[in-house]
Amino acid sequence: MSACTLVSVSTVLGCHSCFRVDMFSKGTKRKFSDDGGEMSDESLGGANVSSSYNLQRQSLLDMSLIKLQLCHMLVEPNLCRSVLIANTVRQIQEEMTHDGSWQAVTEAFCNGSQSPSERLVATEVLCRSREQDAEPKLFSVISYEGCREEEVVADETLCSVSVSDAASNVCLSESVGHCWETGELRVVESDEETSEGSRLGPGDDDDDDEDDEDEDEVDEEEESSREDSKSMGQVFGTFEIKNGSSGPDSALEELFSDVDASYYDLDTMLTGIQSAPKMGPYDLLDSLAPSHGPPSLGSPSNCRSDLNELDHIMEIIVGS
Amino acid sequence: MDEELDSRKVNNSFLRDHNYATEADIISTVEFNSTGELLATGDKGGRVVVFQREQESKNQPHRRGEYNVYSTFQSHEPEFDYLKSLEIEEKINKIRWLPQQNAAYFLLSTNDKTVKLWKISERDKRPEGYNLKDEDGRVRDPSTITALRVPVLRPMDLMVEATPRRVFSNAHTYHINSISVNSDYETYMSTDDLRINLWNLEITNRSFNIVDIKPANMEELTEVITAAEFHPNHCNTFVYSSSKGSLRLCDMRAAALCDNHSKFFEEPEDPNNRSFFSEIISSISDVKFSHSGRYLMTRDYLTVKVWDLNMESKPLETYQVHDYLRSKMCSLYENDCIFDKFECVWNGTDSVLMTGSYNNFFRMFDRNTKRDVTLEASRENSKPRAILKPRKVCMGGKRRKDEISVDSLDFSKKILHTAWHPSENIIAVAATNNLYIFQDKVN
Repeated sequence: MSACTLVSVSTVLGCHSCFRVDMFSKGTKRKFSDDGGEMSDESLGGANVSSSYNLQRQSLLDMSLIKLQLCHMLVEPNLCRSVLIANTVRQIQEEMTHDGSWQAVTEAFCNGSQSPSERLVATEVLCRSREQDAEPKLFSVISYEGCREEEVVADETLCSVSVSDAASNVCLSESVGHCWETGELRVVESDEETSEGSRLGPGDDDDDDEDDEDEDEVDEEEESSREDSKSMGQVFGTFEIKNGSSGPDSALEELFSDVDASYYDLDTMLTGIQSAPKMGPYDLLDSLAPSHGPPSLGSPSNCRSDLNELDHIMEIIVGS
Repeated sequence: MDEELDSRKVNNSFLRDHNYATEADIISTVEFNSTGELLATGDKGGRVVVFQREQESKNQPHRRGEYNVYSTFQSHEPEFDYLKSLEIEEKINKIRWLPQQNAAYFLLSTNDKTVKLWKISERDKRPEGYNLKDEDGRVRDPSTITALRVPVLRPMDLMVEATPRRVFSNAHTYHINSISVNSDYETYMSTDDLRINLWNLEITNRSFNIVDIKPANMEELTEVITAAEFHPNHCNTFVYSSSKGSLRLCDMRAAALCDNHSKFFEEPEDPNNRSFFSEIISSISDVKFSHSGRYLMTRDYLTVKVWDLNMESKPLETYQVHDYLRSKMCSLYENDCIFDKFECVWNGTDSVLMTGSYNNFFRMFDRNTKRDVTLEASRENSKPRAILKPRKVCMGGKRRKDEISVDSLDFSKKILHTAWHPSENIIAVAATNNLYIFQDKVN
């Protein structure tokens, strides 16, 4: 399979609606791997255009999911923006399902290990920790100063993304797809998660500790899928608590009533099941990357200890 | 259209001496009152600044009235929602003036959660000659009082004071994006992402919910309300716009809860132009009735559309604001610019439309001549009394001398808020933390 290497996304993504036609006119350089002799431009063009489209679509999906996850800690996120991004995600997912590329992606992933040569260096987003079958984590960057990191992260991510082709594209959607298949296993765990997490009031640190421990033990892929659901749930969910009805009981009931055990439904997962376990910002620490510093593939253990340290510091500040 | 710049980079006391803009000074709303005598601006720091037009003097008839600062007050303070552990921003989202009924001026200002009614009044006299206290206010010893006098009012320096008269709070779960005063001058409505509430101006502890589009299951949420406005003449009619690019006209006489619309305006999607961003750019960011009440104007990301109230199937007119951005959708999505909410305004006679763009450009469209112009609001390019030069954006290929290419546009300099005087050709344009006021050239 031919590989388009190191296509700089920032230039390719200049024209989403017309890249099918215009990509070559932009003159972006592509290098071919050494796997083959000459191929005619035309046939090569055809194959590459469609895989580029998938590539672009994939990047758009990743970008959208990042946007949903990176929430402003201090102020409520803009509901209109979140809804529009969520609709875009749904649209992409529908199209991918339609195309059959969703299936292809999940199948490809489930085929087990892929040869490293087919998978190029991926970005911070895609390739946080390279364990055996490790799921790439989607990380959320929370800055404690002012939550304007979002755009910086997206820039870095997208400018350095490099993929070989759609099938081997290690990405969030794959992890989601994987979860989709093994969803049943997680139903029980999700309930536990819910009951632990659903509390009113600001960052309950004891709960956070428990949550962290649970999630540390759990497979990383689950985190990323749960982040998806949490992200949507969190995005829409922060509004749920203040509902004007009287008493904490009815509010709690409302929280639980929105919980849906159908984790294996992809759509539900993307739209978020746990509507409002009150997810303090500290819960997202599990998937944190250091918010500053040069992008580097640090060892997982370093990241982990950093996160625990930050968690600890936040506990002190909040005052458990 | 030639316009004369009225020198107005308004330098007020709250702007610092430094050149850079502090975020709190970013203007978030601009509104003329119903006579055009007053101009109010709200900023991100929760302050409201009101400008008043100078009376035209007979000695200098060629010098049109300029706008000077009349009153400054802190309308909203940042709050903290303890239940959700989230801040409530003090940024003023909208200001709407009430029609003037006595010597005082009234305006409604709102942040994300609370609407306040402010009274702005002048005081230019003060009572003097009290019997029981002296001029400093100290109580006089009764034994020293030998004669009685009647206090009289003496003139003093003009003082303009703003006092909050009503606070309408705790009615919105989501962020308020619009307020609109009804033509009956007794009620107004406040709109958030999912609900619209109707208030009586006198009653603060009760409001009526007239539109509710919140789904039972929040996961099913796909559409939010983006703006709403009362009809200028019919007090029972209002319109609200959605993030899916549709407008709904509602009649409050039909039912208490106006979830069912009377009219539904939506332009069918062009299948050729369809992309993943189609829905986002079709989201309506502002809706305004014409002064006559016959037309509606909507602003979505790339266009301004005029609708006839009698034709729901498609807009009457469509104007391209910055179509050259159509090929940049992905980058604009990446840097969130695609979510910018531009406003749009009618001129007094409903013949010209105005809206903002990037790079401190703003656009005007003449509905009769079908001509349009791009102007720039910036200190560097305009001197006081200078005539604004039309600008042009070129899309590629050869760039002429004065043109600016799409890639050089500064997307951080966006003009989201503009206002047009109700009867004259005077416009106010907010460019980040600067307010520009332009007038028609006087011959």
